[in-house]
Amino acid sequence: MKFVIRRFKDDKSFWQSFEVPVKKGMTLLDGLFYIRENIDPSLAFRASCRMGICGSCAVKVNGRPRLACEAQLSKFKKEIKIEPLDNFRVIRDLVTEFEGFFAKHKKVKPYLIANTDYENPIEQLQTPEELKKYYIFTLCIKCGSCLSVCPSSATLESSLGPAALVSAYRFNADSRDRGKEERLKIVSESFGVWRCHSAMECSEVCPKQIEPAKAIQLLRRETLR
Amino acid sequence: MHYGGSMIDCDIAIVGAGLAGMRAAVAIAEKNSKVSVAIIAKTYPIRCHSVCAEGGSAAVLRKEDSFDLHAWDTVKGSDFLADQDAVEFFVRECPKEILRLENWGCPWSRNPDGTIAQRAFGGHSVNRTVFAADRTGFHEVHTLYERLLKYDNVEFFSEYFLTNLAIEDNRIQGLSAIELKTGNLVFFKAKAVILATGGAGRLYGFTTYSHQVTGDGMAIAYRCGVPLKDMEFMQFHPTGLVPSGILMTEACRGEGGYLRNKFGERFMQKYAPEKMELAPRDVVARAMWKEIIEGRAFEGEHGPYLALDLTHLGEEKIEQRLPMIREAAIKFLDIDPVEEPLPVKPVQHYTMGGIHTNMFTETPVKGLFAAGECACVSIHGANRLGSNSTVECLVFGRVAGEMALKYIENVKDVKINQEFLKEEEERIFDKIGKGNENPHTIKRELNETMDKHLWIFRNGDGLKEAIRKIEELKERYSQASIADDCRKFNVALLSTLEVGYMLDLAEVVAMGALLRTESRGAHYRLDYPERNDKQWLVHTLAYYTREGPRFEYLPVTITKWKPVERKY
Repeated sequence: MKFVIRRFKDDKSFWQSFEVPVKKGMTLLDGLFYIRENIDPSLAFRASCRMGICGSCAVKVNGRPRLACEAQLSKFKKEIKIEPLDNFRVIRDLVTEFEGFFAKHKKVKPYLIANTDYENPIEQLQTPEELKKYYIFTLCIKCGSCLSVCPSSATLESSLGPAALVSAYRFNADSRDRGKEERLKIVSESFGVWRCHSAMECSEVCPKQIEPAKAIQLLRRETLR
Repeated sequence: MHYGGSMIDCDIAIVGAGLAGMRAAVAIAEKNSKVSVAIIAKTYPIRCHSVCAEGGSAAVLRKEDSFDLHAWDTVKGSDFLADQDAVEFFVRECPKEILRLENWGCPWSRNPDGTIAQRAFGGHSVNRTVFAADRTGFHEVHTLYERLLKYDNVEFFSEYFLTNLAIEDNRIQGLSAIELKTGNLVFFKAKAVILATGGAGRLYGFTTYSHQVTGDGMAIAYRCGVPLKDMEFMQFHPTGLVPSGILMTEACRGEGGYLRNKFGERFMQKYAPEKMELAPRDVVARAMWKEIIEGRAFEGEHGPYLALDLTHLGEEKIEQRLPMIREAAIKFLDIDPVEEPLPVKPVQHYTMGGIHTNMFTETPVKGLFAAGECACVSIHGANRLGSNSTVECLVFGRVAGEMALKYIENVKDVKINQEFLKEEEERIFDKIGKGNENPHTIKRELNETMDKHLWIFRNGDGLKEAIRKIEELKERYSQASIADDCRKFNVALLSTLEVGYMLDLAEVVAMGALLRTESRGAHYRLDYPERNDKQWLVHTLAYYTREGPRFEYLPVTITKWKPVERKY
């Protein structure tokens, strides 16, 4: 299998091809490790859990964001084109700057706002039905795939983008939370839910099928109440 | 050569941003909003290996359970090598940690009445394991990370790779780390340091661990003179997906799943007639390996495997309780566990040993604390019970945070010696990696050695062969290459440093295993198949010397429970 990788080093950008021998069950991430271990030890990419839960290894594969660890090589034809995610500044090769992405997440106050006692915590009840109202939105692994295809994030850097808005909705929909008004104020600003063009691309590419676009719709409805 | 290393000042530096490290940070920030905390980690916090924990966290929450029962299960599970005072303290702290996470937003799975649900787990006498579907670690990590965003005195230094600890007169002064983005060596001046750097699973090839878990913190502490405890005790989880090693949680069996051999038999009947599939991990893993050795396993293109059968549980239960397992099996193997059993075999999963601490997370170096998997308190002894490790990170992470806070009250100022700065820069940038050995080849050979000789069944000859091989690899490592001249995100440098750490740890594991001429918990010697309490009811301590580890032994603390025969 031919891996064609867009590389970035010392302000230079170039395409480089590598031949990777494929075994049954091998993933794109296994292929990247093969290159690093056997051909070019300098190939920079992020990877950790290799089971789709840590969110490290999202890259652009034949034009679409994918988790490298979840992409089975058997599903590709002869050649795979691999690039860093769009809408993120490249640090080196496939490694991009994520500080801004995490800063957006922080901006929406993505934590439970409630009156609790640190020293003497007590069990708050939450029925399975109440849990179900937000649970799907807790599954975001912050891989950045959604932001990389978001047209409003491409044109406005301060745009919160899909992942952060998913977080805002996740806490707003939690029966234990009392911070809804604070969050709605934040997401109602010009860089928030109304910045979304409803391109729905985020829902298309989310590897955890969270449907960020749906969370944004639900948040919009809340801001109008 | 000077590479422009910069100096960052903080009161407390925490290395590692998994469950233990982040819990320590919350503990500090909750008690004191002025003390500056730096969380330094080689990945972003939510990329840590703790997110891979699946099954749950143990805690006594209901009347039908008791602290004594949780403690007894843990002590018996440990094959009596756990320190019982530490275990008694630990079990009493677990419930509060579960409730705190609940209060911070963790989406625990619930009973119909809204109370926190609990499930069965191996070696626990009652349903004690709190869980968030089968993504417990993931949700715990995200809850802690998001909680930390509230505090102004905690700063994250993500993608900083620890290289050394600065210690003067047996007191911590700070540490050095490589900022991956720039490649610069950065010094953190700190009055106290908490190590929470995780286990050493990537010593092995067939393992559930994330790629990043290379035991850096353990190895660095060891090189700095802090002893490592009980490193020969490595846990093998019964159900690793074949061939990737991806963890199929013990909750699969907790929810009622079966293990079968090629004849369709639930073979655990022979090995643990009472507990069956829910015997502790060492017992189940040995039984499975025996089935494999004796030819009762399936044969596949990736070698022998056994069947984890969930088909009788039904789609609804699997979707509700084990959704991630199902997703992983479908994505990675194209097998839906609702329809078909999963191919599994025992897989390296946990490091019982670690940096020697007491039950207050103190190491022998003043101001240096350790918590979580990198530490060995010891509450797990020779075999950890499932769902005791995530909650250990929470309990002892908190203790470490509070202890560090208390410790710095009496520390006026610290100073990192200029010599340390200079030597560390020279070591990293001028001395390592000037040869032509591929470090990845060394790592691969190390993995093969560990998978062969330090696996579930061990014997003297195999262990001697492993030690010989590790020595050879260490020799070759001195000629390792770093084939990359660009300092930004230099993964070649990183891999080379990691392999060096792993070799030191492997040596301690192998020599400790050879010296321990008995079988206890996860350490099973074919040539010494019995537990020997007369000689070996002791912890192993390994001290670094230039010639290799020097071993000492420490008695086990026994409070209520005298060692008895362990049957399930």
